[in-house]
Amino acid sequence: MLYQMVLGRRFEEKCAEVYRMGKIGGFCHLYIGQEAIATGAMMALEPSDMVITSYRDHVQAMVKGIAPEAVLAELYGKIGGCVKGKGGSMHMFSKEHEFYGGHGIVGGQIGVGTGMAYAAKYKESGQVTLCFFGEAAVNQGIFHESLNMAQLWKLPVIYICENNHYGMGTSQERAMSTRNIAKKADAYEMANEFVDGMDVMAVRDAALRAIERARNESLPTLLEVRSYRYMGHSMSDPGNYRTREEIAKYQERDPIVLFKDSLQEAKVLGDKDFDAIEAKAAETVERAVKFAEESPFPPESELLTDVLV
Amino acid sequence: MALLTIRDALNEALREELKRDENVFIIGEEVAEYDGAYKVTRGLWKEFGSKRVVDTPITELGFAAVGVGAAMAGLRPVVEFMTWNFSVLASDQIINHAAKMLYMSGGQFNVPIVFRGPNGSAFQVSSQHSHALEAMYSNFPGLKVVMPSTAADAKGLLKSAIRDNNPVIFMEQERMYGMKGEVPEEADFTIPLGVADVKREGTDCTIVARSMTVPLALQAAEKIKEEFDVSCEVVDPRTIKPLDIDTIVGSVKKTNRLVIAEESHSFASVGAEIAYQVMDTAFDHLDAPVKRISTVEAPMPYAKNLEAAALPSVEKIVEAVKEVCYL
Ligand SMILES: Cc1ncc(C[n+]2csc(CCOP(=O)(O)OP(=O)(O)O)c2C)c(N)n1
Repeated sequence: MLYQMVLGRRFEEKCAEVYRMGKIGGFCHLYIGQEAIATGAMMALEPSDMVITSYRDHVQAMVKGIAPEAVLAELYGKIGGCVKGKGGSMHMFSKEHEFYGGHGIVGGQIGVGTGMAYAAKYKESGQVTLCFFGEAAVNQGIFHESLNMAQLWKLPVIYICENNHYGMGTSQERAMSTRNIAKKADAYEMANEFVDGMDVMAVRDAALRAIERARNESLPTLLEVRSYRYMGHSMSDPGNYRTREEIAKYQERDPIVLFKDSLQEAKVLGDKDFDAIEAKAAETVERAVKFAEESPFPPESELLTDVLV
Repeated sequence: MALLTIRDALNEALREELKRDENVFIIGEEVAEYDGAYKVTRGLWKEFGSKRVVDTPITELGFAAVGVGAAMAGLRPVVEFMTWNFSVLASDQIINHAAKMLYMSGGQFNVPIVFRGPNGSAFQVSSQHSHALEAMYSNFPGLKVVMPSTAADAKGLLKSAIRDNNPVIFMEQERMYGMKGEVPEEADFTIPLGVADVKREGTDCTIVARSMTVPLALQAAEKIKEEFDVSCEVVDPRTIKPLDIDTIVGSVKKTNRLVIAEESHSFASVGAEIAYQVMDTAFDHLDAPVKRISTVEAPMPYAKNLEAAALPSVEKIVEAVKEVCYL
């Protein structure tokens, strides 16, 4: 788990670096600061379980098993990318890894994730669906429509609201009449929990409880996981709406440092072990860069394929 | 004349209308404290305050509805969609409510509202963020649709749109926000809706272009003049609905050839409608079949090379002109 978090961090730092060099275009939303959520929640899944998320999807894609090479090549718009260069930063997908995509319309994936859970129940496949979204997406109608249906029809879905406090430049306080998102599930009589998103073990434990509820009782859960994004909303956001002090305050409880310290305190992780993790992550990122650089651009014949089957 | 970017021309139009009429207000995501996602509303919140420039939650259907209701009840909202892509979530309010209100209330309730924002592709923003939606909205009676291509048009048309007593779809283009142009400084400069503009005069071939394809068509016309000594006339309808077909037909009667360049997909597009109307009224004046340049029939790909191949370009327009002129 620690390795996954470190890899996620180093990968996103590399994305920022190569974005500034012009290797990545379009929108690019980084996950730095939120690593504990994807890692804690998704590493509690079975490989056959399904995941869907928003445009902030690089790290989720990797934790679900997509190779960092394929994620970075996608960011480069190269044929070796996980969707052949057609999707870019916001649209990572892998059928093989039960990763149902990064989605660019705020809230859209909440409804789609509900449908994936509908199919799992229909087919009695035993799969659980994890559906990630930001706190600003909760203000979309689709969130409320989905929660109602999921509870009404007892669907095996876990809604994970990654509350990083900001939807672009708008704080939660300026966009939502209430503070407590988890409690919104009460209106639908859905199980819900509030989770510290800087503590990867807390995320994992809450996810395990929700997963059990979904798998054994076919019931949905809403988890509100409170976290913070260190970077701007996307690479084009200077982030002037927050103070340095505010960012620094959250960085004091950095999810990677917290987890590392707790492992060291419990004497399951030595200094050398952490160095080895860092080295391995750095090496993986370098391998991904090399792959992305060398992968060719998609041939023009790809332009008109995949429109319909 | 003042040299302004399209972004600043739009900003001026909004500022002037906010000043002129206290019932005008701006509502949308990040329009106030953030100064607008693309800075079109820069400075307006500071100048006019939170009553007149209103940040919303990410809830397109909801705030479009607030706009429609407020307009019915006497205000004049300018609703910003961060991009027109997200208007699809609000299309129920635009199509089922705003567009129908006057008719289904037997003429009692008009909806003086402007929905505005960038339309079409940007820079590698991929499938869900690159829609050119004018054909969809143009298909519904009860809406006006405006698409400026210069700073002067942007300013003059936006002011007219805000004063119009109907729902107006006002489509900008993100790639064009930084483009500069001369804007008349006269007090209260406006351009009426429904009047086309000849952006370049010519005698041999008409190119009808709008929004992003106008600068492409002008470059193509320049190239064709140099290379083949063929003179192209570039007509920009500026307003898609109502459409100034007379100016287009007048040009075709002069040149006898027509190329239409548009950013949307070709199937059931505005260009298809223009081609039909020209055929209907000026068939005998055409010396060649009408040719259209559009974005290919596929969602927008992310990869740089594929995106370039998908979109209209100067080269594609030149090729089309060569074809209709049998060069
Ligand atoms: C329907 C829609 N409206 C607006 C946008 C533009 N937009 C993209 S992300 C975003 C903020 C979303 O914030 P949140 O849901 O909290 O997720 P976060 O970005 O913090 O992960 C906005 C306004 C969009 N992509 N889709």
